[in-house]
Amino acid sequence: MKFKAFSILGVVLALLLPMNLVFAGKIVIKGSTTVLPIAQKVGEAYMKEHPDVKITISGGGSGNGIKALIDGSTDIADSSRFIKSKEVKLAVEKGRYPVPFAVAYDCIIPVVHPSYPVMNITMQQLKGIYEGKIKNWKEIGGPDMPVVVISRDTSSGTYEVWHEKVLKKERVFPGALLQASNGAVVQAVSKNKNAIGYIGLGYLDSSVKALLVDRVKGSAETTLNGAYPISRPLYMFTAGWPKGDTLNFINFVIHPEKGQKYVGKIGFVPLY
Amino acid sequence: MLKDYQKGRARQRREKAIRLFFFCIALASITTLALIVVFLFMEGLPIFAKVSVKDFIFGKYWYPTDDSPEFGIFPLILASLAVTAAASLISIPLGVMTALYLAEVASARVREWVKPIVELLAALPSVVIGFFGMVIVAPFLQDTFNIPTGLNLFNASLMLAFMSIPTICSISEDAIFSVPTELKEASLALGATHWETIWRVIVPASISGISTAVILGMSRAIGETMVVLMVAGGAAMIPTSLFDPVRPMPASIVAEMAEAPFRGDHYYALFATGIVLFVFTLFFNMVAEHISHKYRQVGAATL
Repeated sequence: MKFKAFSILGVVLALLLPMNLVFAGKIVIKGSTTVLPIAQKVGEAYMKEHPDVKITISGGGSGNGIKALIDGSTDIADSSRFIKSKEVKLAVEKGRYPVPFAVAYDCIIPVVHPSYPVMNITMQQLKGIYEGKIKNWKEIGGPDMPVVVISRDTSSGTYEVWHEKVLKKERVFPGALLQASNGAVVQAVSKNKNAIGYIGLGYLDSSVKALLVDRVKGSAETTLNGAYPISRPLYMFTAGWPKGDTLNFINFVIHPEKGQKYVGKIGFVPLY
Repeated sequence: MLKDYQKGRARQRREKAIRLFFFCIALASITTLALIVVFLFMEGLPIFAKVSVKDFIFGKYWYPTDDSPEFGIFPLILASLAVTAAASLISIPLGVMTALYLAEVASARVREWVKPIVELLAALPSVVIGFFGMVIVAPFLQDTFNIPTGLNLFNASLMLAFMSIPTICSISEDAIFSVPTELKEASLALGATHWETIWRVIVPASISGISTAVILGMSRAIGETMVVLMVAGGAAMIPTSLFDPVRPMPASIVAEMAEAPFRGDHYYALFATGIVLFVFTLFFNMVAEHISHKYRQVGAATL
């Protein structure tokens, strides 16, 4: 994983840099709503440790975050995707060189009712189910029961991953039940024998059954080694190599004992 | 003399000050309300630069975050109407009949006990009712009717009916109870039975109050958010059966607003959905107002 190496390099470099640049200040963070909870949780912890620093965090989507980074209205842009070449070009034209830091991984697991007898599902089958083409479990080797498709609201970051990785940018069919949170999906699936849903790895519990995807079990390990297909890295971008408070904050986020601890707690896969 | 005169002046001034004070208070609440409405329209109307009003209201697909987004809220409107209609079918008979029982049939002691209990139903937070629907009613419906999912139109209607029964019951009961005794006694004196009196005299005499109750109950159902978010299923499709999952307007607004980019198209579209919802509830309230004026019971003479 290129970017993992990159961020470790970041830590090492940061430790080597003199720390006397630090001054009391303000950090502005904008961007992806998926990364938002990470920025929020870690930001709070950081402010507790450094009461003299104020962090302002807002969502708005990855594209908006990067746009804000390019026009200089934010220090850090949260993004749930890598920066596009067009955006890099725009940034460089303005004299800003975006620097990526992978801060966590997102790993989404398909779940069914614990009584469902089949263990494995393929990406093809998942796509068919969420497009509304597969309507009965027997079509994919399960019992003769209707499939109840549970999805997340189309504005959620979790849906975004699903939309990109599983649906390949096709639309989820209108008959899918949309739930507002990971918790609500777990609740709905655990109460329905026919249901299939998907949740962030951190929300998995014994009330639902996780399916293998293409015979790979979704876990922190398979996410980090790239074997599990429904996962992606999440980034924080800075304009140029970060300095001062921003650098401290980024170091805090990717610190295995500090920021990464919170990353795991809120349902994402930590870097290490 | 002069002293009295001055005292009178002081009292008048105080009277004026108090009047001004109350006027300001009333003005403040009205202004706030007006500003909220202005805000609602300011944040909602820009979407119509992108989507025509017709496509917005009658569009069949709601894909606000797609690469080529579609903002059709027809399934959402239908869902709201269907849920409200089905909830009314359950709550109106139950609510009105409970009110009749309490006001006319029940003994004073039973009434004293039952009425507060019915009104207590209104005190149940909607999230509790939603949770009940999700955890208890949904699996029950699934097993009993052998349907794919218990989170559907029927479940949502049932929960909404629970929520509007107290409103309907309590307001109709007040209306029925306030029917002048002369009317009732006159009817009984003419030889009508108790049932005939209820059906021919008391119900017609209190119809304006009952209608107001029904419409207020319905407007509570159409605007209710938490319950439909939790139990309606959330599928933005046009329902074809009572057991289809649906996505009423308030559920869509509350579920998506947090993640919609500020002042983006999606954000505007959600506010525009709010405008549609506002128009619906406004309509319900105007109808209620109209009915209560038109059929107002003035004294005992209007029957």
